[in-house]
Amino acid sequence: MSKYFLRRLLILIPVLFGISMILFTVLALAPGDPFEELATNPNVPPEVRLALRAKFGLNDPVAVRYVRWLNAMLRGDWGFSFVSRVDVDTLILQRLPVTLVVLGSAQLLALLIALPVGTLSALRPYSVFDQVATTLAFIGFSLPTFFTGLLFILVFSIQLDWLPFIYRADIDATGLAFVWEHVKQAIMPVAVLGLFQGASMTRFVRSAVLDVVQLDYVNTARAKGLSERVTVIKHVVRNALIPVVTLVALQIPGIFTGAVVTEQIFRVPGIGSLLISSILANDTPVIMAITFVFSILVLAFNLVADLVYGWLDPRISYR
Amino acid sequence: MTPPATVSRTVAAPLAAEPVRGSDSLWAEGWRRFRRHRLAMVGAVILLLMILAVLAGPFVYRVPINEIDFKAKLQGPSAAHPLGTDDLGQDVLARVLYGGRISLAVGVAAMLIAIVIGTAIGAVSGYVGGAADHALMRVTDLFLSLPQLPLLLLIVYLFRDLLRTAFGPEAGIFVLIVTVIGGLRWMPVARLVRAQFLSLREKEFVEAARSLGAPPLRQVARHILPNAVGPVIVAGTIDVAAAIIAESTLSFLGLGFPPDIPTWGRILFDAKDNLDFAPHWALFPGTAIFLTVLSINYIGDGLRDALDPRKVLAR
Repeated sequence: MSKYFLRRLLILIPVLFGISMILFTVLALAPGDPFEELATNPNVPPEVRLALRAKFGLNDPVAVRYVRWLNAMLRGDWGFSFVSRVDVDTLILQRLPVTLVVLGSAQLLALLIALPVGTLSALRPYSVFDQVATTLAFIGFSLPTFFTGLLFILVFSIQLDWLPFIYRADIDATGLAFVWEHVKQAIMPVAVLGLFQGASMTRFVRSAVLDVVQLDYVNTARAKGLSERVTVIKHVVRNALIPVVTLVALQIPGIFTGAVVTEQIFRVPGIGSLLISSILANDTPVIMAITFVFSILVLAFNLVADLVYGWLDPRISYR
Repeated sequence: MTPPATVSRTVAAPLAAEPVRGSDSLWAEGWRRFRRHRLAMVGAVILLLMILAVLAGPFVYRVPINEIDFKAKLQGPSAAHPLGTDDLGQDVLARVLYGGRISLAVGVAAMLIAIVIGTAIGAVSGYVGGAADHALMRVTDLFLSLPQLPLLLLIVYLFRDLLRTAFGPEAGIFVLIVTVIGGLRWMPVARLVRAQFLSLREKEFVEAARSLGAPPLRQVARHILPNAVGPVIVAGTIDVAAAIIAESTLSFLGLGFPPDIPTWGRILFDAKDNLDFAPHWALFPGTAIFLTVLSINYIGDGLRDALDPRKVLAR
């Protein structure tokens, strides 16, 4: 298993290089010059501007600039935010935990919905339960997260007045009240993301279980007298999850799309809303760093998917 | 009549007639299966009505999209304004109809770009094979692990001004959004096409064409591609929905189309801060997005059943 993990980890290195190259190419191709302001400022003589360009290495060949940029990114030297006046890495590290907590809870919610609903649907195909579940799943992944978010605010905050629709980091309460306030304000963002993920995951689980449940070894398990419960949980679901993990892994980049949107709607102070506010404020170092962090998160989640894959199907880790 | 000519005709005739007759009955068969999928038919009707409404609507419903009337601002639905008005007193129905054109156009155009890139890469990969296949599939994997929305936002942020000066404010942002969405969505198509090509290029009818001396381009265009088109259509249908959502997401974040071009996402962006006293303003464009995406997804589901009997789950 550890050898398998190491191999998956090593495969990520060229992918990370590829992503960094794409990001750098985008940045290098973009118009605009960091010293543009100096060029229009009559108090700065052109020689000073040229000297600054040379000093910061902007006249070097693209390959040299790429290596220097990647080196700085990997050492954690992500520059200085123009707007917040702090180092980019401190800024991101402040925001990252919130994003991870919301994303993680949403994934957990999605799993808790998709596994039982998808399995039950597939065990009784075309029953009333299956038809209701399939239709709801279809509606669920056709509803864009930004619209579900607005609907939730409309119903639960404005009409019913149950939940706050602005996420606050500075809650002035202690003990249980503090925890409860945090849970209350996390319910809507987590639900919006989790329901969306859960809807598409339910479809994957259903079709995977449908494929597995008619295989011969399932009949064998039943024939040797195992209870239906054991048959389904230990024999059907575990094997059905193998293709599900593959499909879920393919959806990982999409999860971050939903994260950016929900953070923006509910003003969750995570890196997604930081990305939007940095774009609106033209804060390029922060934008680049967050895109890079999102890429690393995608790869990290992919690695987790690989590990789950290896655990579900031990044959893979021996290959 | 000389014997050799007869022989060559009997050999050539079925080969020449095969694709035409075969594909004809295949389409008829597909249409019959599609009609049996009730929800897909409902989706198709709703989508057609939507397209008709956004195309013909502005000619029938002649209220300008940008007529400001502060006396009638933030009003709910009424006879004068069937879907109400926004904070500047502009008519929401007119804006939703106009915005629908842009949203649907973005969806279709981005889908076409994704399909063209994906088919080209998948075809080369599957037909040529070897090192080219290996390299192209690594690139596909790489693109699959890019964080879509952050990258989309980054590119729009960096290149917005360049394209605005090159093509004008409206066309510039359209070209940019369509290219970037299409350029980040071709990977599933490439994988599907490659898989189809890998199995089809070994089939007897392709071998027959090859042995008759058909050059590679003709083998691909005339014999392999027409047989690989089913899954591509299904993937393309779903891509339209995904592209509409992507554009709406960008506009909803305030980073897509400018405020004077009211796409559905842009109207939602403007409406979201007035939810408590003007919910209609957000509900109508949001429902339009939802209905369109739901219809397209059901059509995609129906097409999958109709064109791809094995019901591959690849999305």
